[in-house]
Amino acid sequence: MEILSRVHAMNLVRWAKDKPEVLVLSADLTSSTEIDLFRDAYPDRFLSMGVAEQNMLSFAGGLAREGFFPFVHTFAVFIYRRAYDQIAMSVAYPNLPVRMFGFLPGVTSPGGASHQAIEDIALMRVLPNMTVIECADATEIETVLDVVQAVPGPVYVRMLRGEVPRLFDASEPMRLGKLRTVVDDQPSGKVDVAIFSSGICTEEAMRATEALRAHGVSIRHLHLSTHKPLDVAAVARAAARTRHGVITMENHVITGGLGSAVAEVMAEAGIGKRLVRIGLRDTFVHGASRAYLMKEYGLDAAALIRHTEKLLDTQFGISEADLAQVRLEAVHSDAKAEAL
Amino acid sequence: MARSRIKQAVIHDGQPGAKRGRGANRSDAWQDEARRVARGIRRRVLDHVLRNKGGYLSQACSAAEILATLYTKVLNLGPVEGPLLPGPFPGVPGVAYQGVSPGSAFHGPRTPYYDRFILSPSQYALVLYAALIEAGRMDPDGLMQFNRDGSTVEMIGAAHSPGHELMSGSLGQGLSQAAGIAYARKRKGDSGRVWVLMSDGEFQSGQTWETLQAMAFHKVDNLGIYVDVNGSQCDGRMLDVMNVEPLDQRLKAFGSRVYRVDGHDLDALAAPAARKPDGRPLVVLAMTDTCREMEILRANAPKFHYFRLKNDADFRRYQELLASMR
Repeated sequence: MEILSRVHAMNLVRWAKDKPEVLVLSADLTSSTEIDLFRDAYPDRFLSMGVAEQNMLSFAGGLAREGFFPFVHTFAVFIYRRAYDQIAMSVAYPNLPVRMFGFLPGVTSPGGASHQAIEDIALMRVLPNMTVIECADATEIETVLDVVQAVPGPVYVRMLRGEVPRLFDASEPMRLGKLRTVVDDQPSGKVDVAIFSSGICTEEAMRATEALRAHGVSIRHLHLSTHKPLDVAAVARAAARTRHGVITMENHVITGGLGSAVAEVMAEAGIGKRLVRIGLRDTFVHGASRAYLMKEYGLDAAALIRHTEKLLDTQFGISEADLAQVRLEAVHSDAKAEAL
Repeated sequence: MARSRIKQAVIHDGQPGAKRGRGANRSDAWQDEARRVARGIRRRVLDHVLRNKGGYLSQACSAAEILATLYTKVLNLGPVEGPLLPGPFPGVPGVAYQGVSPGSAFHGPRTPYYDRFILSPSQYALVLYAALIEAGRMDPDGLMQFNRDGSTVEMIGAAHSPGHELMSGSLGQGLSQAAGIAYARKRKGDSGRVWVLMSDGEFQSGQTWETLQAMAFHKVDNLGIYVDVNGSQCDGRMLDVMNVEPLDQRLKAFGSRVYRVDGHDLDALAAPAARKPDGRPLVVLAMTDTCREMEILRANAPKFHYFRLKNDADFRRYQELLASMR
């Protein structure tokens, strides 16, 4: 698997080159959110706002009212937990094109509960006018800016930084409101299980589905990068055409995010299938490595194997060694930012 | 549909030289006009309060001269084609309209050279509506729609309400948004300035100080803030609820250019706005009285935030007061 480094940092500089109306706002996490190259390339379009997120979000609303496109960058938690009222009234209500890039979602941050955005999708999804996007790989990071900029209103992007894999072909850009088919063993018929995954869980799901398919399980694995607006018809279609049920997998609490969204679609469409939601179960997390936390909280490939076995009432005897190679980030790589 | 009830503002080819109240050929009796506007604000708000058995009355007492000075002297706003009648609630942004809110039509057309005026404490909406009527920008009948279902003349002003352009009802957000607007206008080279009316209670909020810090840092000097320092808030005296004084020293420490003036003295209120911007955010602390020209209101101390008529005797006393003001 190809691993790329600092994809957003370089992509943003290239993409924003001829867009003088794009301003980047930082809350003292410039290197940590990969906007240092932008700052150096276009210092006049870089606004340092300090550790003051409430003003940053309302100020961004003011900029957007005057024709600018503020690209707000900070850690995901600091966007919505510190400035939710400001987002609601200064940005979402007036439907302004403020673009919010939230970094280090969920267990990707070793910074502990204060730094881990585990309910951001839920809170942003319920805001009227808000578009909610999550990136899972280098291809999505490279193509998300065009997707974002085509939206007339506010957009929240759950972003990845540092070393990221390329899961999807570089020629297949992210598309707003469209599910990506990762695997479909029966494009025109029923499969044993449909899997919906988002963000870093898609990489985990890909590791598991290979092993499950080797044991004869037919799978439809769909990757979701647009939480809102949700591709309701595609979710319903995929969920209905299953023999055993549906599994969702997200780096987020299971309430309010992807699992809830799929449940809402299934219930409204009257799809009487089992639904298993993999994610954080009403718990905060603690500071540790991503791999450790994914294992501890059951968000990894092994968790998907276990839940599939349970859904199918079978034991495949798949071991960790049978799973596709785990991607381990070098602890001292350049991508591991010194400051969280 | 909603727009059809709002008379469209005429796009006026105004230039900086044609500034209302600031040009060379203007009458030097703007103070007379401002005094008339201030009297009208108090009278209209009291009349409204009597009809509705209550309302935001002390805000009219404290802010009448500030608003009168703004509308007759400080603000360089484009004209409206006669007093506008507010339309019904048009729907929310992104659904009913995108961009400029219907409420801002009352401040005339938007051009690079006209000023913008933003009311931050939205509970002052009633006082602002009265000011718009006195300034000839809103039809007096518009006030009859106050707080009526389906009306834009809301009790807590919203983006679509007359004289409003954004949501500032959650206190502390008005200045931040205005600062973003001012920064953007400066960047675009607009000569028009941005003016914000704030309440002193908003200086209890952290976001206000975040904004002042950012305005000083980014040299947002095309924004002027008038603060109605009436020392009063919902729970009572600010000195008893949460003190913000010495506000002038605190603001200076944050890099602002501060003037503390008598908030009922028209010349004192107008003077700081005439100074040339010098890189610092301009803050005018207008020291005001919540009972100005309505002495009988003082019996309600220390609660002035919202006024309620308690009984018939009360009603008669305030009716007599209103009669004496005509």
